[in-house]
Amino acid sequence: MKQKKVILYTGALLLTLVLPFVMPDFRSQLATLWLMIIVALTWDMTGGQMGYNSLGNIFFYGTGMYVAAVVTIGMVYDVGEYTSAHGGGITNFTDEQYFTGMFVGIIAAGFFCSACALVIGWLTFGLRGPYFAIGTLGVAIAAGELVSNWDWIGGGQGISLPVFPGDLEIGKIYFYFMFAGTGVLLFIFLSWFYRTRFGAAINAIRDDEEKADAMGIHTLRYKLVTWSIAAFFVGVAGGITAFQLIHFEPLETAYQTINLGIFMVVCVLLGGKGTLWGPVIGAILFHLFKEVTWNYLLGWQWVALGALIIVTVVYFKDGVMGYLMHTRPEWFGIRVEQKAAREETT
Amino acid sequence: MDQILSNIGLLFQFPIVNLKIIIDGIMIGALFALAAYGLALVWGVMNVKNLAQGDFVIAGGYVAWWLTQQGFPPLLGVPAAFVIMAGIGWVAYKLVITRVIERDLFTSLLATFGMAIMMAQIMNLLFGSDTQSVDLGYDTLYLADGLIDIPIAKLIGVGMATVLAAGVILFMKNSRMGQAIRATAQDARAARVLGIDTEKVYAFTFSLNAAICGAAGAIIVMVWVIQPFYGITHSVRAFVIVTAAGLGNLPGVIAAGLGIGALEQYGGHIFGIGYQQAIAVMLLLLVLLIRLLQQLRHRQVLK
Repeated sequence: MKQKKVILYTGALLLTLVLPFVMPDFRSQLATLWLMIIVALTWDMTGGQMGYNSLGNIFFYGTGMYVAAVVTIGMVYDVGEYTSAHGGGITNFTDEQYFTGMFVGIIAAGFFCSACALVIGWLTFGLRGPYFAIGTLGVAIAAGELVSNWDWIGGGQGISLPVFPGDLEIGKIYFYFMFAGTGVLLFIFLSWFYRTRFGAAINAIRDDEEKADAMGIHTLRYKLVTWSIAAFFVGVAGGITAFQLIHFEPLETAYQTINLGIFMVVCVLLGGKGTLWGPVIGAILFHLFKEVTWNYLLGWQWVALGALIIVTVVYFKDGVMGYLMHTRPEWFGIRVEQKAAREETT
Repeated sequence: MDQILSNIGLLFQFPIVNLKIIIDGIMIGALFALAAYGLALVWGVMNVKNLAQGDFVIAGGYVAWWLTQQGFPPLLGVPAAFVIMAGIGWVAYKLVITRVIERDLFTSLLATFGMAIMMAQIMNLLFGSDTQSVDLGYDTLYLADGLIDIPIAKLIGVGMATVLAAGVILFMKNSRMGQAIRATAQDARAARVLGIDTEKVYAFTFSLNAAICGAAGAIIVMVWVIQPFYGITHSVRAFVIVTAAGLGNLPGVIAAGLGIGALEQYGGHIFGIGYQQAIAVMLLLLVLLIRLLQQLRHRQVLK
């Protein structure tokens, strides 16, 4: 049992390291896959483990993008001048400026989003169930609309960041490993986190918040800390995406409420809510589905996506992990993880 | 910032502008109240929070717009949208909603969100992403030296909304089906024991909701504009109104609808038209926070 687990995890890690070199044509795709895994895992922290279904986690993604961009630019130029010139003429960054800017910007994005989660959570954690979902969705939509009216950071036009210095393919590998590194860190952190007393406490909040409160768990603190950790990782992922995309604008890329904002929920539901491997499996399955439909269904892909959401929610709500837990309880645990590894190769 | 201050100053300098904004807001708010009433109906009867509400509105608008393109008289669009959307609502109920009624609320929220995405995209593919409207070709009334302009089309729209609302209210009060709906809303299990086919009641309620939304959309296309992706904003508005008014509170829904309409017009006047969507959503957050504070006084939460 123990040995199999070690083999499995080493295999998955090796796969992560080797894949971008084995499949050079799919480097950007794999990077996006890791982004999906990160946002799905973080959504599951509150949605699956704590019972707070947020539809507004995309807020941290968009905010992370903007904070990373503003910090990076602000370290070298005046942000207002930069955005009003629309990058024209003053996009010169030396290599050193680029990499320090990126490093500081991404870390700043993470911490800023954590702080945002504390404030928004303090305001909205009194809302339960669907009200919380709608309230957080409202936060994300409002933020997108407000940012697109804020000229200092580019308004509806968005911001352009400097291009990665050096070869394009090197850049792709670089960003792949940025995402993969964050994802692996997050996964290791979560597999430890869910086993601690803290993890047990947030599960108690999911199962019955009133009772958990009565048992002496300070529920608000637990909820705030969990959400701000989730927000940190989403913010970091957003920051990396900002550099990967080079140019982004508020409504379609940064605060993309109906794209990534709903994808992460579908990923988790598809894989299985409240499990460690569920979001990973779900993200892989969903990404495959999305890429296939995006390539072959020309225009109707969104309809297929809506149908996938409905079918998942209505007929397959427990996801892959829930299904396996239900039908094959005897080989639960190790077998499922092998399936995850197999999915990753395809 | 200066722009905002001067806009506010304008309101005090010319008090008549306030009147214009309020009239505009009430006329558009009456239509919001219709969609919100449908949401409150579905929410109260079968405990489903329908995020596709706004897309039903837009779909009704496109039905009316398409009929006008085919050469039918524009006012025919309202009853046509009512009937067609009732059919679509029935299909949506049989395919999706019936399977999520008994489940937890997030399931129905997400399922209807999926429906919203699908409907918006299908409309986008069928009709294109341009904003559309139907011109009735009526005159505009001018009052107070032309400072207040009231298009007659809008008056007709408000009139039709009032007739529709009155019809629905009378139906709910007096007809056998209306009684069954109200009984199911009070206690579904007791209603079933007393011989009411609740499944039928649910199906009827949902298609009635879609029909009301469709008719509201058909009026909106005459007095305003529609676009495939405006649905979510209408859904948000319906949620704001129902959350502010509470369930089963019809006067409250109407008052909140008119109030939201007026507030949105004020916001649009003060901050500029670019903030229109943001204002609708900010109102949602504001209402949620106020409700939360009210509940907090009783040491309860909003669920």
